[in-house]
Formats: sequence, C-alpha cells, structure tokens
Amino acid sequence: MTAPLPEITKDLTIPKLFLKQCKKYGPNKVAMREKEFGIWKPYTWQDYYENVKYLCLGMLQLGLQKGDKVAMMGDNRPEGLWAEMAALCAGAIGVWLFHDCMVDEVKYIVDHSDTKIFVGETQEEVDKALAIKDECPKLKWIVWDDPKGMRHYKQPFLKSIKEVQALGKELDKKEPKLFEDLIAQGHGDDICLLFYTSGTTALPKGALLSHYNMLTMGRNLMSVDPCYDTDDFVSYLPFAWIGEQMMSISCGLQVGYTLNFPEEPETAQENIREIGPHVMFAPPRLYEGMTRRVQVKYIDSTWIKRKFYEFSMKVGYHVADLRFKKKPIPMHWRLLNWLAYILVQKKLRDHLGMSRLRHAYTGGAAMGPDHFKFFHALGVNLKQIYGQTEIAGISIVHRDGDVKFDTVGIPIPETEVRITEQGEIISKSPSVFQGYYKNEEATRKTLVDGWLYSGDRGFIDEDGHLVVFDRSKDVMTLRDGRPFSPQYLETRLKFSPYIQEAWVIGDKRPYVTAVMCIDYNVVGKWADERKLNYTSYQELSQKPEVYKLVKEQIVQANKDLPEVARIKKFVNLFKVFDADDDELTRTSKLRRAFVEQRYKSIVDALYQDTNVVHMDTTITYEDGRQQRIKIDLTIEKIED
Amino acid sequence: MVNTPPRSQQDEILLKVENIHMTFGKVQALIGVNLEVKRGEIHSIIGPNGAGKTVLMNCISGLYKPQKGDIYYKGERINHLRPYQRAQLGIGRTFQKIELFKGMTVLDNIRLGRHIFLKSGIISGSIYVGKTKKEELEHRKFIEEEIIDLLEIEHIRHKTVGMLPYGLQKRVELGRALALEPELLILDEPLAGLNLEEVEDMARFILDVNEEERWKVTCILVEHDMGVVMDISNRVLVLNFGNPIADGPPEEIQKNPEVIKAYLGEEDLYATRR
Repeated sequence: MTAPLPEITKDLTIPKLFLKQCKKYGPNKVAMREKEFGIWKPYTWQDYYENVKYLCLGMLQLGLQKGDKVAMMGDNRPEGLWAEMAALCAGAIGVWLFHDCMVDEVKYIVDHSDTKIFVGETQEEVDKALAIKDECPKLKWIVWDDPKGMRHYKQPFLKSIKEVQALGKELDKKEPKLFEDLIAQGHGDDICLLFYTSGTTALPKGALLSHYNMLTMGRNLMSVDPCYDTDDFVSYLPFAWIGEQMMSISCGLQVGYTLNFPEEPETAQENIREIGPHVMFAPPRLYEGMTRRVQVKYIDSTWIKRKFYEFSMKVGYHVADLRFKKKPIPMHWRLLNWLAYILVQKKLRDHLGMSRLRHAYTGGAAMGPDHFKFFHALGVNLKQIYGQTEIAGISIVHRDGDVKFDTVGIPIPETEVRITEQGEIISKSPSVFQGYYKNEEATRKTLVDGWLYSGDRGFIDEDGHLVVFDRSKDVMTLRDGRPFSPQYLETRLKFSPYIQEAWVIGDKRPYVTAVMCIDYNVVGKWADERKLNYTSYQELSQKPEVYKLVKEQIVQANKDLPEVARIKKFVNLFKVFDADDDELTRTSKLRRAFVEQRYKSIVDALYQDTNVVHMDTTITYEDGRQQRIKIDLTIEKIED
Repeated sequence: MVNTPPRSQQDEILLKVENIHMTFGKVQALIGVNLEVKRGEIHSIIGPNGAGKTVLMNCISGLYKPQKGDIYYKGERINHLRPYQRAQLGIGRTFQKIELFKGMTVLDNIRLGRHIFLKSGIISGSIYVGKTKKEELEHRKFIEEEIIDLLEIEHIRHKTVGMLPYGLQKRVELGRALALEPELLILDEPLAGLNLEEVEDMARFILDVNEEERWKVTCILVEHDMGVVMDISNRVLVLNFGNPIADGPPEEIQKNPEVIKAYLGEEDLYATRR
C-alpha cells in the first residue's frame, strides 16, 4: 500500500523531492483535485509538474533570481501551490499572506520581506497589491489567476499566470534542461519559506525555514502516524499558516497523498464531506464550530432524535472515558457502543466529513477538554499537537491509545523538549528554524544554543506528556497568589454553543471577570424561538434575556473551579472580536494587550461599583470602512 | 451565446420604443414615451414612484399591450408578439418582486430559464438516454461555468430558494434571466431591499454581464439607487407621471432642473444614497 518514505538528507530539497515524486507517479496518479463548476477536477502529478515547470521558467523570465521572495495571497487552490512550488524550484523564497489581510498588513509584509513578485488570486488581491505598489519599490510584478473583473486592468506590470506560463514555455523550448538543472542546484540548508507569525503582541516577525527543517518535520510526524499515498487530504486552511504547509508540503509531498481543494471557502464543509479525508489538521476553532453545529442541530431536532443522541453520547462519553484511563472496555459497553455507533455516531461522523478519518489533529491554540471529549465520544481519534512556526510545525503529538485530554502528548522523534527553571517550554530538533528575517534581536532571544524558547509556560506530567499552561505573559495571578490560565476558562466558556468568544480578565485583581461575545446565529435563532425582537448584534447582545442566557453558561463553566477563579462579573460585548480590528491574530488568538487597551473603559467598569458602561468607539469593516458606535453596555454580577 | 458585434454594429439600435401610450381606465400610465436602447449600453430608467417605469418594462416584455405606439426589436416590430415569443428573441427580465419558484432549488430555478433551449421531446425525455442526456449535460455545463461561477452562488446551488435570504434570491433571479442568454436584459429594481454590500455585489454583476466578452448583454435598468444608476449607466431616461422629461447621459441628467424638480425634496440626486 505504501512505499518507504524518501530519505531526508541535507542535500534534499522540496523541489528535488517534488521532481522525484512527479517522475514516480507521472500521469497515473492524481496529485490534487479542485472542485470547480460543481465537479471535482483532477490534476495528475504530470499536470502538477508541467504547471510548476512553466510557471517557474516564466518567473525567471520576469527576472526572478535565487533568494528573491515571491509573495502569494488567495484561497487554497492548485494555482497557489504551483506558484509556491515554482518559486522554490527557482531557488526563491515563498511568503504566504493570509487571504483576508488588509492593505496595511500586505504592505508591511511585502515591504519587509523584499518581495519581487506578488501572486494574487482575484481582482481583490490584485487591488491590494496595486494599492501598495508605489510604496514598495522592490515589488516588480503582480500576477493573478482568476480573470473575473480583470478586464480593465492594463498596467504593464500585471500578468496572468497563463501569460507567465506562456513565457516559461518559450524559455523551455530554448533551454529544455534549465528547469531540472535549477532544481539540482538547491541545497537542504537553503531557506524555502518565510512565515510571518501572527504576533499576539507586536508587529509580525518573519520566521525563516529551510528545506531541511520542513522535510524533517514531515518525516518525524509521518513516522508516528503514517499516511499512505492512497489517502485524501482536504486543504482549506490558509497556506500562510504553518499547519497547512506542514500537511500539504512537508507531509503531503513525502507521502504523495492527494490534496483536495474546496470550491469556495463557503463550501469547504460540504466538500470535506464529499471527500471524506483520512487525515485532518485544524485549529480548535474549527472543531469548536463543528461541536456548535451538532449542538444546535440537536436543539432543533425532534424528541425521538434527541433521545437517541442523548443515549449515544452517554455511551460514547463513558467508553471514551475508559479509553482515556486505559481501562479495558467491558463486553456490554462494547455492545452499547456499537449500538450508539449504528444509531448516531456513524451518521454524525459522516455529516462532519469524518467517516474515513484515521487521525484528526488540533493545534495552534488551546482546545477545551469539553470539546476534546466530545469528539472522542463520537469515536473520532482526535489528538492534540503542540508546536510553532519556528519549529516548522509541530514538536509534540499524542500517540494512538495514549491520549489524555489535558495534555498535548509526547515529542516526535528527533525532538527534545525541556522545561526551564522559569517553567518555559524549550525544544530542540532538526526542524528548529533559521532565525527571524531582519530581526537579530528577536532571533537571539528565541534561539539559544540551538534551543527554541517558546514563550509558553508548561510542565511535563508523570506519564511524560507535556501540559501547556498558557502563554507565559498571559498567565494570571489570582487574588490568593495562585497562577491561573485565562485560556483554560475561555475554552470552557466556548463549549457553550451560545458563546463565540470570551475574554477572561483578573490578573492581580480582586476577582475574575469576563467580556463575552455571543454567537449571533445561535443566539439569534434562540431569540427567534422566544419571539424576541432585535435588529442587530448590538441590540441582541444587550437584551436582558440574553444576559440571563449567558449568565447560565458562565455559571456552568464556573462549576468545580476554586472560588477565587470564578467569574464574578461579565459584560456582553456589542461585537465579536475580529482580526480586522486587530483584536485577534489572523489565526484567531486573542491579542490581550491590545483589547485591554482598546476596551479600557469596560475593564475599569468591571472593577468599579457600576452596572453600566458607556462605549463610544469605531469599528472597521472588511473593506476598510469604519463606523462609529455609541452604546451603553450592562454589567451583570454573578452571585454564588 | 452573444457574439461581439462588429464595429459597424456598435451604434445599432437594439430596442426602439416609439410614442407609447398606456392607460388603465382613467389612469394614464405612459404618455408618449420614446426610448432608444443601443447595443451594448446600460440604459437606466428612473422616476419617482408611480412614474410608469414598471409599466414601460411590462410593455417591452409583452405583459402589457400598449394602446398606442410601437416597439421595435432589432428593427422589427414586436407589438404583436406574446411574452414567450419575445423571450425567444432574446429579451430577458428580472422582476421587482421576486418571482422565483420558492419550493425549488436554486439550480432548478436557473435550469427553468433554459427551458426554451431544450429540444428533445417528451418520449426521449421520459427515458432519459442519448440525446436528452447529452443535451442536459451541456446545459448544466453552461449553468455551472457561466452563471453559478459568475454570480458566486456555488454554496447554495442545492438549497431551496424559499429558505434563502432576500439578497441571494435576487441573485438567483438574475441567474435565471441569464440562463436565457438574453441579448437585452430588463432589470426591474435589482437593488431594492439589498444592503450596502449586496448592492455593491449586484452592481458588479450587472457590469460583468454588460462588459464581459462572454456576455455583452445590453441592459435596461429600472432603479431608485441614484448612486449606482449614475455610476454605471450610459444613458438615463427620466419619467414623471408617465411623461418622459429627460433622456441623456448621467452627467446631463444630474444637472437637469426639471429632473431635480420631479424629485422634489431630494435636492441632490445622490440624496438617496448618501
């Protein structure tokens, strides 16, 4: 079923491996699929090869040289990956931008990375690049692939991917060996990708990763959880996120499994179900979204279906619990679990696109134990992983049959993880990055004697599993001097389908408080059923009934917490935290220092004897427009 | 499919309405209205409520028979033609109030728009082999590649229309009208009831349909959103109580004192937008 994985030497590069796989599979195996016009359109390894080859040679014609940067932006699609691979084949360095980056961020990254060629998808990305072109003199070419709306764009530095490939074809006729010669020149220690990490505090930093970093990471993960070239993987998370690069390039290229690209971001969930991937890696918020969907459907369904669901989940939770404790599962529980599987789990898993799933990973942020247990109760082999961009993806993962919901697992091969005296997690492996681009100070702080300092606080438990407490700077000190992780409480709160985001405050304060963002769809539906009138998120969030609902959710999360850690007061925010307002990073992590400053009046009011706070602020829409908002927010107390 | 007209046809008058009079009992809805729509342009029709805009549209698409006056399409008089015959000539339309089949899916609604192109008969249709199957595949291909992709409605193609938000229903209606591959498209208030974002999307779709080589559809746009009308139209006709009071390029219309008077209380024609 599977050939042995290629050996990773210092000489091997991603393009060399790409060439090898293309020659091995050729026109006989599908490398990637994209749903287009309602049909899954396959591309064989031969197609992949040709597209990358001509694009690479075309880029050379545009003046791309070894070490130059190529920035890419847009949804996940074959053309995006071709552009990345083409840049790598030319010895250039790929820089991915998040598809929803605003003009300022695009400008910062394009300028800081010295990008020469910008590859966008549609008119939207081209517009962003055009807006910054004058301020980024090093940017020479803008390339696009979707012609929609591009008919009036006649600038001389604009080219379509097809035009670039046509240039490449011409060059290939003249110098047919050039492409493979170029690839042969690469070395494993060359930089291949530059990732701008979504800093929770400061401006993004550019992490440099070499071919060797990426490939060793992929090999070490695959040696823990092997994948096969007959597997399917759905690529729908941003390529600017290391997790997606890890699955699509580091692992995907080595194993040779098929990458599937959804039709549109909106259809991703539907398309995942159609494909039924064998392996999945997503940040917690996507799993949280799935849990929420199931919970909402449960609330909506008929009595009999609810009973079946309740029965199955009860059995599922019990069996999962036995598995967590590594206890044998008695015969009658096995039978009941089989029944639960037939009745509910099988169908639910199918709806979530998890029916063929062997391994599901979550990482990139903390996942609450409730969500984690939920998936195990459904019989999904969900595992935590821990890692960061600076280690080319991951360093720690749960092993099959050794999953603990409050840990992130044990190190992958060739990786050493230690805890410093200050409690900081540090790691060492061949995948540790090469430094931050143009930022020696940050590099010095992060990389000491080959050890990568993560800035996360954690400890290693009695089974050798790593437990990640929180970001060191986020750890709160409670009234009684105990350290406490706000993230832990936030993930617990988010298990309620009504809560989309939560922000827990209480560092060196007399009590703990929270700012809550309701889920507009779910609470909206809940309000419809109760015939509550509302016209906007703001209005809905301030309804007394909604406050009561949110309060119930907090009381639930407060249960079995020590008294000092319980939330005493909360406020419903008039909007959801958004990356466009800089409140979240592009990977949806809360930027605490920023929100603390921005919502200072709310924080102050939470620690004063008042029950209302007046807000006057502006919010930014996705296209950059701003709106002023004036609103009074209620502060609610929670009695014990 | 609509081919790009050769140069000499650029100024071709696609639709000509001459001295139309339409009365309902004692109400005079249209009094001597003239309209000339050139191939390739977006010709807007504006006017206060009750000005007779929709009546004029209904006269063109054949739902109403005017008492007096003539309508020519590509130089031929079409007064006597029934609505479906006009559709076969290439005149498509959308409605002010959505007229979709609410219980059917988006795809089925759009498919219905291609009904006039179906050639296979009832017998081969019922056994669904050979010609019918091939025909259906071709039409589906057209719908997917040219309409669903253009209007960005991939995520709802299998959803029931009645369950969709209003803005998306409007898009589906445009999709159904496009399925007819019209040369002339009558858009009756396509932006009414949409939020700002949806208005921008719809305006873009109208421009796409009008300008893309693939479509090059001539549009008659009835609309209240002056910002969009003035932005995207080549010419604007202003009606007031059935009387045509001005017809010209947007810049002229905005300065026309009579037009401003007709929109009493709206000193600036942009007033509805800002």
